[in-house]
Amino acid sequence: MTRMEKRIFKTTWSRYLLNTLATAALITVLMVLVDTKQINKYNQGLLIQIGFNIILAVSLNLSAGFLGQLPLGHAGFMSVGAYTAALFTKGVNLPQSVAFPLGVLVGAFVAFLFGILIGLPALRLKGDYLAIITLGFSEIIRVIIQNLDFTGGAAGLRKIPKYTTVGWTIFWVVVTLFLICTLIKSRHGRAILSIREDEIAAEASGVSTTYYKVTTFALSAAFAGVAGALYAHYMRILDPAYFDFMKSAEILVMVVLGGMGSIIGSVFAATVLTLLPEWLRDLAALPFFTTLPAWVGKVIENRMIIYALILVLVMIFKPSGLFGRYDFSLGKELDRVFRGIRRLLGLDKRSGKPSKGGEN
Amino acid sequence: MKKRFACLFLALMLAFGAAASAESVKVGLIAPLTGEVAVYGNAVKEAVQLYIDDFNAADHPFDINLIIYDDKGDPTEAMNAYNKLVYQDDIAVLLGPVTSSPTFGVAEASVDDGIPALTPTATHPDVTTYGNNFFRACFEDPFQGGSMAKFASSELKATTAAIIYNNADTYSIGLRDAFMKTAEEVGLTVTTTEAYGASDIDFRAQLTNIIKTNPDVLFIPYYYNVTYMICSQARELGYTGTFLGVDGTDGVLAIEGADVSVFDGMYFANHYSADSDSPVTQAFIKEYTDKYGATPNALAALGYDGAMIVCDALERVNNDGVKIDGESSYEAIIEALRATEVDGVTGHITFDENNNPIKTLSIIQIKDGAYHFYMNY
Repeated sequence: MTRMEKRIFKTTWSRYLLNTLATAALITVLMVLVDTKQINKYNQGLLIQIGFNIILAVSLNLSAGFLGQLPLGHAGFMSVGAYTAALFTKGVNLPQSVAFPLGVLVGAFVAFLFGILIGLPALRLKGDYLAIITLGFSEIIRVIIQNLDFTGGAAGLRKIPKYTTVGWTIFWVVVTLFLICTLIKSRHGRAILSIREDEIAAEASGVSTTYYKVTTFALSAAFAGVAGALYAHYMRILDPAYFDFMKSAEILVMVVLGGMGSIIGSVFAATVLTLLPEWLRDLAALPFFTTLPAWVGKVIENRMIIYALILVLVMIFKPSGLFGRYDFSLGKELDRVFRGIRRLLGLDKRSGKPSKGGEN
Repeated sequence: MKKRFACLFLALMLAFGAAASAESVKVGLIAPLTGEVAVYGNAVKEAVQLYIDDFNAADHPFDINLIIYDDKGDPTEAMNAYNKLVYQDDIAVLLGPVTSSPTFGVAEASVDDGIPALTPTATHPDVTTYGNNFFRACFEDPFQGGSMAKFASSELKATTAAIIYNNADTYSIGLRDAFMKTAEEVGLTVTTTEAYGASDIDFRAQLTNIIKTNPDVLFIPYYYNVTYMICSQARELGYTGTFLGVDGTDGVLAIEGADVSVFDGMYFANHYSADSDSPVTQAFIKEYTDKYGATPNALAALGYDGAMIVCDALERVNNDGVKIDGESSYEAIIEALRATEVDGVTGHITFDENNNPIKTLSIIQIKDGAYHFYMNY
């Protein structure tokens, strides 16, 4: 983009304003639809699941995509947040409007502490070794929860109050996206990215790699805790077996599919992969498929086969994930649209020439 | 191209979504048709389908439109299936889920909605404690655990017993507790309890400890695949006592390539026996075998009974002149379910004040590679 070009959303505050307005508009539309029962409870449930899956994927993306360290134990942090928040809201005698946000924060905080605790030893390792050690830690967390009495043991924690609503979920999704996006664009974000690009060079340039690695890892864990808290107060029952390796892998699939290092990619992949099993359910029930042999329907309904297939295809044709490292900026996109309009109307002097190097 | 496909897809979904039939009562079924416990889900599904097909073929004032969703044994999927059945499909009554862990979440949600629901097979005691709308067709875990202890003491004249259980599984732990409690009451000494983890396949360490105490009976409260491994390893290590199993043991003889001689003389509790001389049971077994080419297991029997209880209740509600239509008829159906009195495949069924069935369990003995009905207990 050349300097000569007119841009409306050039300054940071104008973009903040735009994004705030857009988010407020989206929330208003959704809340009106929920209040007027245009969205029934089934679809509300799906919205909530999309919400906590977005938080999970985006938070894992923070350490896998931006920090460049690949952990395999995100479900462990999710379970820490879920159990802490659930025990908190069950234990305290506060009104819902106080207990729930507090519970989510407590869950996030404890998950953050666990992130530091596990991050310190684990982040001394790289690549496959890091993946294996984080996987090990998350299994340890699960087995401990399974054997403690106050967590309900293998039977799980039950009778958790149903506090998670569409409104609260959207709120936490917005908070997560805002904090992670601003973090990445800040000075600290650049330090994080420099570690991803070249750890030795980053250290040589004066970036405290241990500090940034552990903090980022712990922040990623904290957001997983938020998602866990939302999950706990949506499902109302926590089963330790749910937070196993498969759950961690499922979150990682969302990140890899969307593109490591792309927030919009994680949001997109989390949304699609949450809705996919529901779509497949409807698809398998279509008259066309019911005439085929039964195993065809079973293959279609079996989420894991479809996941694997999609993943294989994406890895062959677009190894960097659907969105690569592309990220979406509403201001930039709107500017592009306005530019197109100006060109169409002949207001832009440079209308004839295609802009060279227009991207960024 | 992608967009066009997506549009087409959505349009198709909408078109077929709208084309559901009108003049019938909708019954929802949630069962794991794929995944680890698919064997159970499919058995229940086949049996429910069998009963509903017969019901619709006979002359009744209304037809039943059975809507089946797969929960893959996963609590989240079960929740989605439940929400879809209740809020999108407007079912009149819910059957399922089949296994205990997805049932908890669904049971709790169903209490808020007040929808009549019946799980044919979830044996965990807590399932029916959330509200008065949730019923079950099977007996509870404490009942069968306790009965096995009583049976060992009074029928087998055992004085010592050991337990090997899965400490990551609610079902297994619940049965262990019930067995131990009753054992104490009837004077059966539990020499040792040994635990194993969720995916263990080698039990020799625990079994060696157990054999050292030389118990008369070994209680194995878990599912058939693990039970097979435990029994064969115990015999290999030289254990000569009697094995005691639970309803999860049903299916051990169907394991491909298994050496069934290790089970010889084993007793287990079950929901029904294929040897029973009750005409309902024999008719069911014949019909099921004709249609699906296999002897029905206990879950199929419970699924059939579940469908029978629900259809019976719906019929009585309809005879009372109540229009069965989503939310407005919930209360009436719950009342009808509570007044249930049917002769099912698994016995004569009525409900107690906690919505659990009052019925007997069957003790099955394994002899010469076959199940034999031993006694009702």
